[in-house]
Amino acid sequence: MEHTETHITDYRVYGWVLLALLIFTTITITVTWIDLSALTVMVALIIASIKSFIVLRYFMHLKFESKLFTVFVVMVLSIYVLVIALTFFDYLLR
Amino acid sequence: MEMHRDDLGAKLGMWIFIFTEILLFGGLFLVYAVMRSHYSDEFHQAAHQLNAFIGTVNTVALLLSSATVAMSITAVQKGEKRKAVLFILITLICAGIFLFNKYFEWGHKFSIGLYPGSDMMVGLKHGYILFFSLYFFMTGLHVFHLIVGSIILTIIMVKIQTGSINAEKYVLLENGGLYWHLVDLIWIFLFPLLYLIT
Repeated sequence: MEHTETHITDYRVYGWVLLALLIFTTITITVTWIDLSALTVMVALIIASIKSFIVLRYFMHLKFESKLFTVFVVMVLSIYVLVIALTFFDYLLR
Repeated sequence: MEMHRDDLGAKLGMWIFIFTEILLFGGLFLVYAVMRSHYSDEFHQAAHQLNAFIGTVNTVALLLSSATVAMSITAVQKGEKRKAVLFILITLICAGIFLFNKYFEWGHKFSIGLYPGSDMMVGLKHGYILFFSLYFFMTGLHVFHLIVGSIILTIIMVKIQTGSINAEKYVLLENGGLYWHLVDLIWIFLFPLLYLIT
């Protein structure tokens, strides 16, 4: 299998990734100064999710690993989202 | 004699461990979500007690440390031992900054009598008690992971120095890196949910 070939990521890539993460952090903090009332949590979670996606894809190398890892991560996160959804269905419709 | 090695298997094992960690913190985030929806006003006001500036400094420290761990893998792959050790050292310094800040942050709360089970906390409204209990438990568990990660990275740094982690064999560094990124990942959610949503 050709898969054994290792991928060496350039330092600069990580530099850009770090910059992107810092920019998103700045956005999260700036957004809290604006009053979005009910949307605040939503916006914070969306930005945190984007940051996590970047960390998982580049820092945790999912982009360069076997696709199996990505499938597993997506499965685990889907199960977790499902648990949250079910909990709130129960909690809010009680 | 050729030893059997399965780097892919080693990483898969590490990921499965990370999944259990995600579900561990996931449970706490679920409690947070439900309690927050129930006591939204009190959570709102209690979060004002947290110092967003310290939180921001710690966020930057963790993001930087994550980048340097990732860079140390590149350095090891290229056979640049000195750089690899230096990158891990920067990571450990960032971890130190994080712990230093956490010490003063928690220390301040303890000094004003705000800690789980204290007279002051027992007298607070229910929503406040829940918020601060979750705050202490979640950041405490996170900081515990950070300390464990620092120990693992210190061992890895020594192994790079002595050459037992090298361009041919570095799966331990990769797995240690994955653990460190997990610590960063959890903080990415803890920071806005505890410090910013006020």
